Amino acid sequence: MADFGGSDLEALRSEARTWIEANFPAELKGRPNPMMREERSTPSAAQEAWRKAMGEKGWGVPTWPAQYGGGGLSAAEGRVIQQELGRAGAYNPIGGMGVMMFGPTLLEYGTEAQKQEHIPKIVKGEVQWCQGFSEPGAGSDLAALSTKCEDKGDHFLINGQKIWTSGAQFADWCFCLVRTDTSKKHEGISFVLFTMHQPGVEVRPIPLIAGNSPFCETFFTDARAEKKDLVGPLNGGWTIAKRLLQHERGGLSGGGGGFGGGRGLVELAKHYVGVDDQGRIADPDLRTRITALEIEGRSFQQTAVRAMLESKGNSGPSAATSIMKNAGTQWMQARHEITLEIMGHQGLGWEGEDFTAEELGAVRGWLGGKAFTIYGGSQEVQSNIISKRILGLPDLTQHT
Amino acid sequence: MAVLNEEQSMLRDAAKSWTQEKSPVTAFRKMRDSGVEIGFDASAWTEMAEMGWAGVIIPEEFGGSDFGYLSMGLILEELGRTLTASPLLASGLGAASALVLGGTSAQKSEWLPKIAEGTAIGALAVDEGAHHAPEKVALAATKSGAGYSLSGTKTFVLEGLAANVLIVSARTSGKPGDKDGITLFVVPADAKGISRKRLALADSRGGANITFDKVEVGADAVLGEADKGYPVLEKVLDRARAGISAEMLGAAVQAFETTLDYLKVRVQFGQVIGSFQALQHRAAKMFTDLELARSAVEAALTAIDNDSPDVPELVSLAKAKMGDVFHVVSNEMVQMHGGIGMTDAHDAGFYLKRARACEAAYGSQSYHRDRYARIQGY
Ligand SMILES: Cc1cc2nc3c(=O)[nH]c(=O)nc-3n(C[C@H](O)[C@H](O)[C@H](O)COP(=O)(O)OP(=O)(O)OC[C@H]3O[C@@H](n4cnc5c(N)ncnc54)[C@H](O)[C@@H]3O)c2cc1C
Repeated sequence: MADFGGSDLEALRSEARTWIEANFPAELKGRPNPMMREERSTPSAAQEAWRKAMGEKGWGVPTWPAQYGGGGLSAAEGRVIQQELGRAGAYNPIGGMGVMMFGPTLLEYGTEAQKQEHIPKIVKGEVQWCQGFSEPGAGSDLAALSTKCEDKGDHFLINGQKIWTSGAQFADWCFCLVRTDTSKKHEGISFVLFTMHQPGVEVRPIPLIAGNSPFCETFFTDARAEKKDLVGPLNGGWTIAKRLLQHERGGLSGGGGGFGGGRGLVELAKHYVGVDDQGRIADPDLRTRITALEIEGRSFQQTAVRAMLESKGNSGPSAATSIMKNAGTQWMQARHEITLEIMGHQGLGWEGEDFTAEELGAVRGWLGGKAFTIYGGSQEVQSNIISKRILGLPDLTQHT
Repeated sequence: MAVLNEEQSMLRDAAKSWTQEKSPVTAFRKMRDSGVEIGFDASAWTEMAEMGWAGVIIPEEFGGSDFGYLSMGLILEELGRTLTASPLLASGLGAASALVLGGTSAQKSEWLPKIAEGTAIGALAVDEGAHHAPEKVALAATKSGAGYSLSGTKTFVLEGLAANVLIVSARTSGKPGDKDGITLFVVPADAKGISRKRLALADSRGGANITFDKVEVGADAVLGEADKGYPVLEKVLDRARAGISAEMLGAAVQAFETTLDYLKVRVQFGQVIGSFQALQHRAAKMFTDLELARSAVEAALTAIDNDSPDVPELVSLAKAKMGDVFHVVSNEMVQMHGGIGMTDAHDAGFYLKRARACEAAYGSQSYHRDRYARIQGY
């Protein structure tokens, strides 16, 4: 149970420290998580060894139940693992959509057999998942989705198109929303799982404004899903989808820590803009706005900490994740903007040796970051959720 | 919209129909995809020059039409709408202004007719660091025989790769940051000792870093007075700032209109997304701000045409306001389009990138707010 700063935690801390020291390959220290890179290169032997060790230990998902291979730890204990990984300069090799959103959802809604089949492979980082939700005609209005799913006796047959499917070109499996009843909107949606490695699935990567292609158009032509891979009841997928989106939003808000990376804004500004005779950032207008942003960021982090302390047990995310998602993503975007502004002309580079890796990364990050307020439910959709579910204001879209 | 005289209306209409027909955003995309080093389509530039656009601020005796800066702004605004990349701003406005304002008659006769007919491209080589700071000139011009020897580096020279002639700010005395001791030079871009390096920029336009290694020029290369170049430079830059603001206005208006069109056709929840008041009010706010920005930009251009003493303050006002508005509108363009706005196949990313580059050029909003306050004496 949540027990902050107790001696049990200290015992776990020293256990974690010893274990990480023994298992984390020194050559990977301080290196970025290869999973974060879009073009998944073949992992090195050390990367593979680290993934396997963490997978066996279950500490990639420390709070998931031990019976499916998870760490079986409390939230407070989980944070100790996170802290110790950070301290050792070690990345968490277990991640992706399976960890962030699908796993927690399946743990709540899956049958015992489904959990036994799918969760251990996520824990071990053996299977990558993609999210087949959005369609060309169903974005913010996700429940308008029309990908058809027919009952063929011993299996389901799926036909239709998804879009903006992140990582579909690298995924092994898809958790997908499909239409199983055309006479109702929300109550005609089911949540199914199927392998991406089948002839009926075609993916076409879409280039993004940042120059990369992390997502795809995904086409299903007589794709097959097994009967056992229906999660929840037939036509009961919407409830599960909403829950999954809460997990997604919780993850996307940045969780109150760990973002930014790189140098702090103040240090960056001093470097690019210079300082006055009292050592302050030379451009007073910029200095004021950096300060405002720092205050915004700190209060966001304080809110994340407060939410964590106030949450009782492992009740999981709620409608309040919409607050965190909007506050966190807008802050991160503002930070990207001001980073480029600080870099001035150097913050306009696309490629080439006239720009540092940090400068080029800032430009690509700025562009890619514009998606933060679009995916996982746009900022407008989050504001609608806050207005109607938290503030109790009327909803003009619910009957459509 | 400013009250236009007949020739201005004709110019604007010609610019509008040419950009819409000959240089839509797809032309910019094609240019980007082709990877052309100079960052613009040379044949499109020839057409523009044939219509006389490169000579709009150049006196008739040097082959121009002397229509003035508001007229030039009208063309730049139309070009901005479709993101047309061309040397008009750097050459027909920037370098031409320098020569008109400070050039000797020999310099004018040599370069202005060619700039007016588009056969020579001029560029302003001013900045040396990551931020616009025209007084922070380190590039040294030391006396050498009857002339000077130039050594140093200029950064982010717009159209620097395509340029035939450079207007270079150099230090003849004092230290970087001093306004005194700056001298302007007219230097052929192929002079011995000049090396140019193309920059691959996010907005795909033609920027270059230019290194001067003991570039020998005669005393006749000085534009204006030695050591006293800064006031002329400021005048030139104010014209470039007003010009780029006009381009930004056009781009922002188009970004807005494209977004507005989308709000009217994209259906979610059984209704067009433009029926949601959360989006309506933001659209209304953007429209309001675009109107304010237009007034600011047109006032700055008109003040230049009238040679009014408040040009610096009106220009800083316009660049600061326009920068803020283009920033918001280009971001909203992506946001209000949702996923499609994040794709390279859509135009939204181009407007976003252009906005960022224009904001940084010739002084950011932050720079111009500060300058505005200084001019006002607070
Ligand atoms: C980088 C990226 C990765 C993604 N990854 C995935 C993925 O892996 N799987 C997946 O299924 N989807 C994914 N998406 C899709 C994402 O969830 C959708 O883009 C998002 O839900 C918005 O839908 P849309 O793009 O159709 O925009 P639309 O819904 O058409 O929205 C357009 C604009 O209208 C606004 N709007 C819509 N309704 C309202 C309203 N009621 N009130 C006010 N404003 C409104 C929106 O906020 C937006 O600004 C991804 C998107 C991006 C950009």
